[in-house]
Amino acid sequence: MASQVISLSAIGRVTSVDEMKARMPAGGCGASSAKGQTSCGSSQGQGDMPPEVWEKVKDHPCYSEEAHHYFARMHVAVAPACNIQCNYCNRKYDCANESRPGVVSEKLTPEQAARKVVAVASEVPQLSVLGIAGPGDALANPQKTFRTFELVAEALPHIKLCLSTNGLALPDHVDTIARYNVDHVTVTLNAVDPDVGAEIYPWIFYNHRRWKGRDAAEILLERQMKGLEMLTAAGILVKVNSVMIPGINDEHLKLVNAEVKKRGAFLHNVMPLISDPAHGTHFGLTGQRGPNPAELKSLQDALDGGAKLMKHCRQCRADAVGLLGEDRGAEFTLDKIPEMPVFDPAKREAYVALVEQEREDRRKASEQAQAEVADLAGESLLVAVATKGGGRINQHFGHAREFQVYEVDARGARFVGHRRADNYCQGGYGEEDKLEEVIAALEGVAAVMVAKIGDCPKARLEEAGIEAVEDYAFDWIETSAMAWYAGKMADLNHVDARTA
Amino acid sequence: MAYKIIASQCTGCSACEFECPSSAIKEKGGIFFIDPNKCTECEGVFDSPQCASVCPVDNTCVPA
Repeated sequence: MASQVISLSAIGRVTSVDEMKARMPAGGCGASSAKGQTSCGSSQGQGDMPPEVWEKVKDHPCYSEEAHHYFARMHVAVAPACNIQCNYCNRKYDCANESRPGVVSEKLTPEQAARKVVAVASEVPQLSVLGIAGPGDALANPQKTFRTFELVAEALPHIKLCLSTNGLALPDHVDTIARYNVDHVTVTLNAVDPDVGAEIYPWIFYNHRRWKGRDAAEILLERQMKGLEMLTAAGILVKVNSVMIPGINDEHLKLVNAEVKKRGAFLHNVMPLISDPAHGTHFGLTGQRGPNPAELKSLQDALDGGAKLMKHCRQCRADAVGLLGEDRGAEFTLDKIPEMPVFDPAKREAYVALVEQEREDRRKASEQAQAEVADLAGESLLVAVATKGGGRINQHFGHAREFQVYEVDARGARFVGHRRADNYCQGGYGEEDKLEEVIAALEGVAAVMVAKIGDCPKARLEEAGIEAVEDYAFDWIETSAMAWYAGKMADLNHVDARTA
Repeated sequence: MAYKIIASQCTGCSACEFECPSSAIKEKGGIFFIDPNKCTECEGVFDSPQCASVCPVDNTCVPA
């Protein structure tokens, strides 16, 4: 879906919000009102990170929340084999419309993968990262994984390399990982207690045999911990992914968080279990449910203060392409890419320069706005945002496939997650049932901030207790969320004063 | 004495090809086949047939 990607002009040169509003097509699914603008926000940038770490993560959409508004990643499916079985994974299932880890439509050789990366890089200047995330395990296919990295590093030295693994084979490959300049590794770690692990992993294949039950979980855990320690000792940034499985490891993940922090993990990403009988996974078939957004957030809040949390993960496919909220994989299948794609660095350089400026402006505006809300007293509110990227409220309500959720209070506006919602507006007409699904997905949210929204969905949202806000169309997300919050608190105080 | 792969259940993940000590497994059209003339069921090399031990789909690498 090409329209999902922000163009160069959308992000940099057009700095006047009024100008951007003027460009918004008239009509569409309904009426709009264009009122005032404002500025405020919170910085999710460098913070207290050492400069050398910031340099590694600042353009990596998975490792920096801020970067995920601007930069894209792609996965190449060169690693089909796996060395363990997880109860949330079924390798047989493949559907082009499915978006979740382990799923892929087209397996590639390292040579095909490198060709695809060059083709994407020349079309998508946002591309910063190549990851190998399966569909099996990157390190259960070491020759294919490292050959791909070698070819891509040769063709596109600016692309950051990363891989994702269950950790079983990790200690055998840390030296090679360092040699190939892979500076980001994700280890999926769902338990630090073999009894908990045994409920998640039915078996592993290790040292030429299949291990089951507690033995399997114990070996896996030992290898994961050893690998984690070796990576941090080698100065490689480690993200730990954990799948939150209610009733199995949800409470236990607090201990996981503490243990991985102790071993130097840079980020901890707690992801909700995706469980559907149609996927044919063990958990799907046994009716094991995933957590709801409120349960996920409450666990993430409880982990606050431990290992730094990643909350913007989209649990993408092993062949995903594009910004995190989108998937352009279908545009870059082997039959659609040139035999010998050529990469033009000028386009990428121009984009990076624009983003630098945009980030700087956004940070300044955000700090200013933060100062303005700092003295407000009131409860935290959740705000959902429709965005196509660039850190701005720039998407029509009906076109949003997901909403980014921010928590706003006197401390500022913080990204806390996203809610998936298949776009409700199809060819100019909204569909009633879809709207109800979107409203259900927005449970607990006080307002939804959009570039534009039709009158009918707006009224229906209001009935459901969700305010639809168009006043900040095309403005920065955090600054707008804080300005909206300040207005809300002022209104409340006004009412209080009158009724007192 | 050989193993075979039930083609309709093969996911084409290639894990078995890598583990086979006899180079008996080859790909054809995205799925994998065992050459019965080369397969030794891993006797004398490993305790269990490697293809069956690593295969992600139950009852897919089975005695022919």
